[in-house]
Amino acid sequence: MSARSESRLVSRPLVGLLGLAVVGFAIFPWLGGQYYVDLLMRVMILGIFAMSLDLLIGYTGLISFGHAAFFGLTGYVLVMVTPETGSISVWLALPACLIAAALVAAVIGWMSIRTSGIYFIMLTLALAQMLYYFFNDSTKYGGSDGTFIASRPSVSIGSLRLLDLGDRLTLYYVVLASMVGTFLLLMVLLRAPFGQVIQAIRANEARTRALGFAVQHYKLASFVIAGALAGFAGFLEATHTGIISPAHLSWHESGLVMIMVILGGMGTIYGAVLGAFILVFLQEFLQDMTEHWQLALGLIIIAVVLLLPKGVAGLPKQLAGTVGGRRQSRDAASVVEANDG
Amino acid sequence: MTATIFDPISRRTLLGTGAAAAGLATAGSIVPFRLAIGAQAKVRIGILLPYSGTYAMLGNAITDGLKLRLAEAGGKLGGREVEFVIVDSQMSVPKAPQNTQKLIAKEKVDFLVGPVHSGIAAAMAKIVGRAGNPIMIVPNAGSNAVTGPLCAPNIFRTSFSNWQPAYPGGKVMADDGHKTAVTIAWKYGAGIQMMAAGTSSFEKAGGKVVKDIQVPFPSVEFQANLSEIASLKPDAVFAFFSGGGAVKFVKDYAAAGLKEKIPLYGPGFLTEGVSMAQGAAAEGIKTTLHYADNLDNAANKAFRAGYKKMYGKEANVFSVQGYDTGSLLLIAMDAVKGDSGAKKAMIAAMEKAKIASPRGDISFSAAHNVVQDIYLRKVVKGHQNLMGVVAKQLVDPARGCRLT
Amino acid sequence: MDLTAFLIQVLNGVQYGFLLFLVASGLTLIFGIMGIINLAHGAFFMIGAYLAYSLTALVGNFFVAVLLGVFVMVAVGYLIERFAISFLYRRDHLYQVLLTYGLILVFNELQKIIWGTDFHSVPVPALLAGSVPLGSTQSYPIYRFFISLVCLAIAAGMYLVIARTRLGMMIRAGAWDREVVQTLGINIGRLFAIVFSLGAALAAFAGMIGAPVSSVYPGMGDQVLIISFVVVVIGGIGSVKGAFIGAMLIGLGDTFGKVLVPNLASFVVYALMAAVLLWRPQGLFGRGT
Repeated sequence: MSARSESRLVSRPLVGLLGLAVVGFAIFPWLGGQYYVDLLMRVMILGIFAMSLDLLIGYTGLISFGHAAFFGLTGYVLVMVTPETGSISVWLALPACLIAAALVAAVIGWMSIRTSGIYFIMLTLALAQMLYYFFNDSTKYGGSDGTFIASRPSVSIGSLRLLDLGDRLTLYYVVLASMVGTFLLLMVLLRAPFGQVIQAIRANEARTRALGFAVQHYKLASFVIAGALAGFAGFLEATHTGIISPAHLSWHESGLVMIMVILGGMGTIYGAVLGAFILVFLQEFLQDMTEHWQLALGLIIIAVVLLLPKGVAGLPKQLAGTVGGRRQSRDAASVVEANDG
Repeated sequence: MTATIFDPISRRTLLGTGAAAAGLATAGSIVPFRLAIGAQAKVRIGILLPYSGTYAMLGNAITDGLKLRLAEAGGKLGGREVEFVIVDSQMSVPKAPQNTQKLIAKEKVDFLVGPVHSGIAAAMAKIVGRAGNPIMIVPNAGSNAVTGPLCAPNIFRTSFSNWQPAYPGGKVMADDGHKTAVTIAWKYGAGIQMMAAGTSSFEKAGGKVVKDIQVPFPSVEFQANLSEIASLKPDAVFAFFSGGGAVKFVKDYAAAGLKEKIPLYGPGFLTEGVSMAQGAAAEGIKTTLHYADNLDNAANKAFRAGYKKMYGKEANVFSVQGYDTGSLLLIAMDAVKGDSGAKKAMIAAMEKAKIASPRGDISFSAAHNVVQDIYLRKVVKGHQNLMGVVAKQLVDPARGCRLT
Repeated sequence: MDLTAFLIQVLNGVQYGFLLFLVASGLTLIFGIMGIINLAHGAFFMIGAYLAYSLTALVGNFFVAVLLGVFVMVAVGYLIERFAISFLYRRDHLYQVLLTYGLILVFNELQKIIWGTDFHSVPVPALLAGSVPLGSTQSYPIYRFFISLVCLAIAAGMYLVIARTRLGMMIRAGAWDREVVQTLGINIGRLFAIVFSLGAALAAFAGMIGAPVSSVYPGMGDQVLIISFVVVVIGGIGSVKGAFIGAMLIGLGDTFGKVLVPNLASFVVYALMAAVLLWRPQGLFGRGT
């Protein structure tokens, strides 16, 4: 069992590739213009958001269609804690955001995990919508227009200023470090007993329960962790752009992040970042080509679902069809059967 | 909308012309360096307006007005050819920073024109004001903040502040003898600010607003709200909607039998550009706005004729705002003879600008908002007919702007 | 709120609920019998509205246009089922969500290409254009009464079909247990095609008759979609009766919410759903897990 799940995590040549990618991200600001630095920051932040969803979809088997709720929520929390003049310390702002996201995830998770299958998907969607309308209909915080933060959180110890998050380059490296950190955190989590159990839940929930594990607790824990990480991404997004609006919590946002996970390859974690990269640049590219780019995007999504179920990360395996590949597709088939029941 | 040759230039055409220009530039590389800069490089105007959704009509009208004005000037700004880079804002506030950055950092436009939506204006103003570059002209969004706390030397507005057309409306209601009113508008920046302005002048004149109904933007389901208004039985209703939403509201208002019993007032957007679509339901509605179709000045007569000739449609206030944006750009570029790098000189010229606009004479306040007359209009057979001037050269208070 | 005002708001809520029922019933049947999460269902509603706009302009008569539109939609629904949905039968819910999400993008953009981005109105047919005075200030448009009557007729018709015909029997069986229906030798492919086309046509019909009161604009399907899901989840997947009750609940909740707690109106709808699900996770009439 552990050997098979280990083969799902990162293999040695892959580590090399990923390391190369990180280096690529790191040196990019010296090569590319300001606009593309901003774009890559967006990719990385969405990457963190997508990785957190992969934990749910790809490893725990929870298809949450309301993940954007946590992404947008922390932006609003940041607005709430940022004062009109001066700035809030990141040591206060970030924990506040993460705790808020985790709490809301605990509530939504508790309510949703009581159900399963289609109901779970719909319930997460609807609860996220509830949060969306809460902010959209409120008179505080700009309603449907959204609002902006008066200042970015300050990173300092005492009176010593460590980092200026308002400086584009500094923020870029902070985001890069965050993305790498999130990836490593998830890797560690998935290798630990906790990670083994949630993967077992995805493979066959009844069997895992029969083995004596409190399945609901593990699901909830996974949901809360994913929610907190999505909130972290939202914190970075609000710090980057300076604005927040209800649209950040909308189901369109939830749908898009799901597509990133699938496009890149779910169940790989790094695939989520790959998916974010592809989707953002695809949108950029398509928008320059035609004003009807949404049509092209929709067709591409349909094509991916029909032809590339394992996403881009799964492409080598799909093409290779090696012994290991066939064994993995047998595992996948049993997972699908288990989920249909 | 059917495609006409007067539509915004598609990105494909843009890329095509860009490629052709690049080709020409390479071919002309044997020409001395000095000639290649400035005089021959095109002026790039970035446009961020809605071309889809409930405000599509506004985006198109503004663009049409702007293009008309530039066409009248021979298609050149300060002697240089003009090139438009057009992005559909889709009325999306979260996409606004990205769209703005795309125009400023990627396309490196010399001027930025937009938006319609007040929320997007705030997002754009934050970025552009902080960068100090390029010069941004707001051709519609009335968000008070744009010439308030978010004001900046390089931001100008040729349209209105949400306060301006709405404030005189409240007094008009009171002068007509109404003592109680219900306000209803979309619940976003523009709606909230306009209703606040109308309420303050109405109550100053002795009236009382018994309820403020806020409809989620951009919902057009008014049935429950209309029933509520009917049960409250106020003397009058003060409403703000625009574009598609205005069409629906005025028609639903009449269908609910309220038109004859409770007179409808509001800032002119309620009937502007949509009174034909509203038909009989709009007949007789009085509104206040900085424009009326039959304003009797030379500029307006020429403008309306030229607009009809070029587009086959009747002009409206949004077209005027686009038109005046063109005038302001011409003043700026003429002052520096085409040198789009001379920002300070352009700004100085724009601040002193006095334009003989179709809406009357306009100039700009210290906060860079337009100073203009506000008119009372009445819908007569689908036209906004002038009833009188309710405010002369109204200056927006511009609370919170550091330029004042 | 006095009695007249209360009754008028009830009328408003019921009429809205009826339209929701039409859309949600199709959705719940597609869920329950085919096991497909169809996010593109809102797009059918939108297509119906645009068909009403174009066909009325073409044919000149609203009622004829609606009739034509239904035929067109049944055909469109059948084609979509054959060429897109049928690939999803054996797949994970996740892929259904994504593929139908892709369909939404495609439909929304096709709509813009074909019909443009302007706001359109469909004129109320002259026969039904008047208003009936209710109370001292307000009149209620006759057309809105008409909508409620038509929806009621359809609801009754659906009840008859589901309770009294063979097709209805297959539908009920399929909603209860899909696999058993297959083992009984019923042509499941044909049943699915019928159900999907029916569901699509219902949603489109709602869009068509609702067009004169709601206007026709890009993206109008998105809002209806989410609310329909709420109705289906409240009512229970596969249950048309549940969809009816759920739609009425939401219709009334939304209408009274707008008037009584305008800042929380939409929130109320979702809170209702959360409350029902906390009490009965499978919905009011859904089969027990």
